[in-house]
Amino acid sequence: MKVTVLIPGVLRGVVDGAASVEVDVPPPATLGAALDVLAASYPGLDRRLRDERAGLRRYVNFYVNGEECRRLEGPGTPLPEGTEVQILPSVAGG
Amino acid sequence: MTVVVAIGTRKGLWLARSEDRVSWQVDGPHHAMQEVYAVAFDSREGLRLLAGVSSPHFGPGVSLSDDLGASWEESSTPPIAFPVQDASLERVWQLQPAPASQPGVVWAGTQPSALFKSTDGGRSFEFVEGLWNHPHRPDWGEGFGGQAVHTIVPDPADPDRVLVAMSTGGVYRTADGGKSWEARNKGIKAYFYPDPWPEFGQCVHKVAQHPALASRFYAQNHHGVYRSDDGGDTWQSIAAGLPTDFGFAMVVHPHDPDTIFTFPIEADGRRFPPEGKCRVYRSTDAGATWTALGAGLPDTFYSAVMRDAMCTDDAPVSGVYFGSRSGEVYASPDEGETWHQVAAHLPDVMAVRAVVVPS
Repeated sequence: MKVTVLIPGVLRGVVDGAASVEVDVPPPATLGAALDVLAASYPGLDRRLRDERAGLRRYVNFYVNGEECRRLEGPGTPLPEGTEVQILPSVAGG
Repeated sequence: MTVVVAIGTRKGLWLARSEDRVSWQVDGPHHAMQEVYAVAFDSREGLRLLAGVSSPHFGPGVSLSDDLGASWEESSTPPIAFPVQDASLERVWQLQPAPASQPGVVWAGTQPSALFKSTDGGRSFEFVEGLWNHPHRPDWGEGFGGQAVHTIVPDPADPDRVLVAMSTGGVYRTADGGKSWEARNKGIKAYFYPDPWPEFGQCVHKVAQHPALASRFYAQNHHGVYRSDDGGDTWQSIAAGLPTDFGFAMVVHPHDPDTIFTFPIEADGRRFPPEGKCRVYRSTDAGATWTALGAGLPDTFYSAVMRDAMCTDDAPVSGVYFGSRSGEVYASPDEGETWHQVAAHLPDVMAVRAVVVPS
């Protein structure tokens, strides 16, 4: 399953400057599975998106075709062919 | 002589450099917008700067520099990771290189309360299971800052002996390299419990030791300043000569085991320096008497100094350094007699460490 992951500017340094990364996710394709595939190539990205238990970092949002994954099924959210996953840091801090 | 001071703040790391410890050049921020609660200089082989960095968005890590901040190395895989199901790393509170006889060994104290050990100079760390599995752990409390091992004191001679401390957990000691741990809080009062003398649960803010006198420890507590002369088995108050027994920092002079520095704060309920004056207190007789040091420090100062935001260098005439919640950093080139401002208007200072750069 082909999925496009959009990388925020602040994290592009750990994906060789890429604004987006294409990943091929084996079935059943979920957000968590897509992040696993991404992690294999870019461990430095993964540790910024997920903790060591693969929990999504609280202040990072994952929009699956425009809907934040926590309103869907979290890491278990299914990804249909051609899904766009947009990663955006949430507005937080002072 | 060049001295470099690493200043960890809530929004990055600054480095200050001086030839005379009076005038300073400050550069930064390094790791901008990341909380830097732990910094350490490791001068056992070359000079390495270690920083525990934590992005509010992207999580914690450890960053290393072997060229005093010109470049940084951060592992792509998490250098510190909990191998257990019920915890993940929230923050690195302490990075502590072991004595020179154990090259490569660096200890890390974390939130949640755990200890990790590196044998490769801080690139990767192994979980110390013995402390995590301690039967007291479910009852360790969570101070306002979070539940963390914030203090690690490796024995200067015996690699199997390490003391750790945590807020609302207390002091623990191992004599077998971390396999087993014993609470060591006898004599430390925990006034915030119905029984103020429990085996553990004391709110220890910082413990310090001089390497030439391994049996002695000094502790600044959440109310209470103590000394142990028997390796932590028992503690006696040394607060009588201080204006208050509250504070966070405790630092031992690098060349004199009887000389210590602290920064008293009025009380738990009034976290300001006594009379609103910025003062370091020094004892040269192991806590029996204390002297206020304020030459060059402000007389109107309603800020506080955090547990790791005070340190010394190891120059023949030792420098003393501290940073405040209000983003000011001061240095004394003469063991506390006079003070000079290193930096101001930084974010909240969480950690300060100084090193004499090897020539």
